[in-house]
Amino acid sequence: MIEMKNVYKKYRNGVTAANGIDVKIKQGEFVYIVGPSGAGKSTFIKMMYREEKPTSGTITLNGIDMGSMKNNKVPHIRRNIGVVFQDFKLLPKLNVYENVAFALEVIEEPQKNIKQKVMDTLDLVGLKHKVRMFPDELSGGEQQRVSIARSIVNQPKLVIADEPTGNLDPDTSWEIMNIFDEINTRGTTVLMATHNKEIVNTIKHRVIAIEGGRIVRDEQRGDYGYEI
Amino acid sequence: MMSKEVITDMKSRTLSRHFRESFKSLGRNGWMTFASASAVTMTLILVGVFFAIMMNLNQVATNIEEDVEIRVHIDVAATEENQEELRGKIDNIAQVESIDYSDKEDELTNLIDSLGDEGEAFKLFEQDNPLNDVFVVKTTNPNDTMGVAKQIEKMDYAAKVKYGQGSVEKLFSGISLSRNIGIVLIVGLLFTAMFLISNTIKITIVSRRKEIEIMRLVGATNSFIRWPFFLEGLWLGILGSIIPVGVVSVAYYYSYEFLEPKLQGHFIQLIEFTPFIYQVGALLIFMGALIGVWGSMMSVRKFLKI
Repeated sequence: MIEMKNVYKKYRNGVTAANGIDVKIKQGEFVYIVGPSGAGKSTFIKMMYREEKPTSGTITLNGIDMGSMKNNKVPHIRRNIGVVFQDFKLLPKLNVYENVAFALEVIEEPQKNIKQKVMDTLDLVGLKHKVRMFPDELSGGEQQRVSIARSIVNQPKLVIADEPTGNLDPDTSWEIMNIFDEINTRGTTVLMATHNKEIVNTIKHRVIAIEGGRIVRDEQRGDYGYEI
Repeated sequence: MMSKEVITDMKSRTLSRHFRESFKSLGRNGWMTFASASAVTMTLILVGVFFAIMMNLNQVATNIEEDVEIRVHIDVAATEENQEELRGKIDNIAQVESIDYSDKEDELTNLIDSLGDEGEAFKLFEQDNPLNDVFVVKTTNPNDTMGVAKQIEKMDYAAKVKYGQGSVEKLFSGISLSRNIGIVLIVGLLFTAMFLISNTIKITIVSRRKEIEIMRLVGATNSFIRWPFFLEGLWLGILGSIIPVGVVSVAYYYSYEFLEPKLQGHFIQLIEFTPFIYQVGALLIFMGALIGVWGSMMSVRKFLKI
């Protein structure tokens, strides 16, 4: 599904965040991206949804070259990718339902489909009973669920999560992980950058470790491998 | 800018969403909306007044150009044959369009008429007319007037040749100078207004940054994101053009009413109130919309990087 070949990324300030990355990720995989801060995890992830372009090398998503892709094609690629962040990025003036529906409205999904899709998705993340509440009335875990719901409401083939449990307490983090597992079980590829050792070591999946812009370790059912 | 496909494909629901968004942010940025619409207003009032004056000056200039004529005073000593000979020679000049003959009695009558009451005094001369017979020569192109006049001057029996030397040229150069000054002034103001509009839009973009970030993340197209800003700029421009249209219409109406009677009888004719004022109004609204959209597009390109 995703293939990176000899990818380099050098920022204008001279920082090299990707230093020859080669990797293949198959449809339906669950992959943890681990590594110290500043190792290039975020750049790795951002190149996946083309927030950043590689300086050299190729990144293909289902056969489409993301590097040479024209800017006006990017929105259509993004519709197949859900992105979740540590800080949720919810719109404070919209309630739970509206925050999720927003993702469909701005891609001009027919109105008649929106309600059903939003409610189904909120059911999946366990927030069906809180649709009228606003983000500041929700706990951190609930806000992250809304954010996950928004990322998957359009049924993307790939979900990318950048430290989704970074702001959450351990119990809540497990709940969030269960949701990602559920999404993965339904056939969606999940790519997750994380610092959470306990989770990586308990819910076993493929682990890719990045250091200095290189993949230093790539194991099926791997361990976190760093001391915190 | 916006592709045709996007416009035709746009669903009415989407369009109404864009309209709603653009109006919301006009209200949200109250003071900036006011400031940038005012800048447009000031600019367009000046554009409107200047345009009305320029168009009228142009009209006057055209009238004068049409009236430019060469008056060839014929030597008193010339016999009828001599006069015919002179007419023939003038007629041979390629640029000459027409030659009218006005004898000295006609000339005196015209003079007396043109002076009104004071002209009575000249009636004394009816006994012993000191004026010359005159050929009134018109050229096809007013610009050839001087050259033709010079040629006629050299001919026999042409005692004096007059074509309003000096004053015509001064009038034309005066008009073109004021036109240039006005254009510089207006271009400067247009840029100021555009700059203010683009700043207002920038504030909207910043205040909606998170929303835009999410839109891009979930795959909203660039034109979808751009539409509300495009509309907001358009409203600012149109909003700013309402007062100028009113001011210029009223001002032109009263100026016309005031000046027209005074100019009666002179060869100066002002442009009539309608349909001229509709054209000026349309021009102002169009220019307002143009700077609004332009200012907004500048901001969008710079701050959205799309």
